[in-house]
Amino acid sequence: MVESTLEMAAPLPPQPAEMPRPPASIVPLWGLPIVGAVLVLEVVAIAGNWLWALDFFHVVGGGLWTGIDLFVGLVIGPIIGRLSVQARVEFSARFMPKMLLIMPTLVTMTLASGWQLARHLQYLDSSYPRHDWVVASFIVVGVMAVIALGLLEPANLAVLFELRKPKPNGMLIGKLMRRFTYTAGITGVMQLATLVIMTRLAT
Amino acid sequence: MIQHEPLPDSFAIVERRLPPITEVAVATMILIVIGGIYMAAQIPGSVSLAPAVALLAVAAVLVVADLVLLSRIRVFAWRIFRIVFGWALLAYIVIAGMIEYAFVTDGTRGGPLVVLSLMLLVYAVDIPLILAFSVARYQEPDAARE
Repeated sequence: MVESTLEMAAPLPPQPAEMPRPPASIVPLWGLPIVGAVLVLEVVAIAGNWLWALDFFHVVGGGLWTGIDLFVGLVIGPIIGRLSVQARVEFSARFMPKMLLIMPTLVTMTLASGWQLARHLQYLDSSYPRHDWVVASFIVVGVMAVIALGLLEPANLAVLFELRKPKPNGMLIGKLMRRFTYTAGITGVMQLATLVIMTRLAT
Repeated sequence: MIQHEPLPDSFAIVERRLPPITEVAVATMILIVIGGIYMAAQIPGSVSLAPAVALLAVAAVLVVADLVLLSRIRVFAWRIFRIVFGWALLAYIVIAGMIEYAFVTDGTRGGPLVVLSLMLLVYAVDIPLILAFSVARYQEPDAARE
């Protein structure tokens, strides 16, 4: 505990000239057309009641969302927690801008298609025998949304803005990254509940 | 003679105490999420709107209270706040619009649609507020840049 506090309080070491910085736009602009295309295709699939496409969006989006959450929360997160502040800064400058585009897109893709699939397959009707499992999935998603949007994403953005400063505050970055690591771990564990629910519904 | 509030240095920016904007906004989000789950669990059947309306009303009061608290902060990185809030608002209007579109396509009408739309409106303002405040609170206040 004392060790981690000292580590957090350590000033940022002298930065080399090639110190990585997040892009000036924060969000990688080259990724926006891809996000736009995914969202447009999803709207078309919903409008056309295109079951195969809805299934594709839900399975692919859900698989990636769950996989990335588990991997970041349970593998990458603990590794980041043990890195030096300098290494965390270098990792964050490259990793977090991409996460800002990838995760909201995957979440929107998965939830919108999942809702439409559930409607088509009559899972939303309260008479459906496993309706309780469907409601349980809403609750899990709701808890994850609160953690992701209320804690994880704000910490992510704040770190990126801090990294743009001429002299980033290492103590603040350490504090925010610790929040990122913990919340990513919690959403990773919550994804295990998603896997249980989804396999129950599909069986 | 105008009295200016002293500008904090970089350490004080991180350590200074600000109103609980984030905490109130997260509480608002929790209420909206609970209301959304309550509605989604009953749609497309008949929904008793009273609990959802109550949750929505409290959430709306909290958002307004948060905006009032925010407006009372004098020394703050308002320029950064506006940039982040603006772009986040645009993103969440798109997301809320997609959710609204799905509900309309699915045939949700009348009271449930009104309540869901107002919930989405609160959500679309609340999330950008959390993001923008979380960033701006650690930035150099505007006046210090002049």
